[in-house]
Amino acid sequence: MPENSAGTMTPRRPAGTLYRGREGMWSWVLHRITGVAIFFFLLVHVLDTAMVRVAPEAYNAVISTYQNPIMGLGETALVAAIVFHAFNGIRIILIDLWSKGAKYQRVMFWIVIGLWVVAMLGFAPRHLINVFTHAMGGA
Amino acid sequence: MATTIDSPRAPHTVRRNRGVNWEKWGWIYMRASGVVLLILIFGHLFVNLLVGDGISAIDFAFIGGKWSDPFWQVWDTLMLWLALIHGGNGMRTIVNDYATRPLTRKILLAGILVAVVAEIVLGTLVIYTFDPCPVGSPADLLPSFCPVNQ
Repeated sequence: MPENSAGTMTPRRPAGTLYRGREGMWSWVLHRITGVAIFFFLLVHVLDTAMVRVAPEAYNAVISTYQNPIMGLGETALVAAIVFHAFNGIRIILIDLWSKGAKYQRVMFWIVIGLWVVAMLGFAPRHLINVFTHAMGGA
Repeated sequence: MATTIDSPRAPHTVRRNRGVNWEKWGWIYMRASGVVLLILIFGHLFVNLLVGDGISAIDFAFIGGKWSDPFWQVWDTLMLWLALIHGGNGMRTIVNDYATRPLTRKILLAGILVAVVAEIVLGTLVIYTFDPCPVGSPADLLPSFCPVNQ
């Protein structure tokens, strides 16, 4: 830590490391959590879609459980996880393969968050209106 | 007898076992499949959740319409294989990080492998043996192009 004029130590962020502290670490944590959540949803989603091979009634019964408002909120969270994982995945690729990737990893994290907010503003209202108007018996 | 010590900056080649470097290909696969999956899954979410009435419009007839088109059969097959292998490899990485007992690790890795292989086989069979017009099903549940609806 550098010594300032008062002779005390000022905290400095760790240098030369990507995964220790701050944006680098939290993006890694979020990437793991969202990845695991998406994986388990994927396992369920293949099974529910497989119901089309059983009978039309069986598929319609299982998909109707996805169409209630509580699941609608869950789907919004799922899409939020997917969009973050996708955009942060591009950030990881850039850190690995772009010569200036490691230098700009922090600003790229905030770009990921910004794009994620924009994508969710586009997705969430439309999806929730679809789910809730249908649930309330609307057209 | 003089012992020669290499200069610290002498060129050094890492000795490794011959054969395929699976970890390297896994690393490449995660990035390559990730880019393709971004396109495939965003397209999947857009067509199924944002077009028209979104999730409220999804039923057997909707899937029947999509999978009567080879374009969506191939799209969904690619998504199935790429996503399950990408997710399975990610889960493998996490298990390797946190499972400290060798037996626990082996059981968890075997579980991931079984789940991924079973779902790839099941999903692929479902896509290519799917019948959009099963005989004897109520006509109102089937796509409009089925003979009972003509």
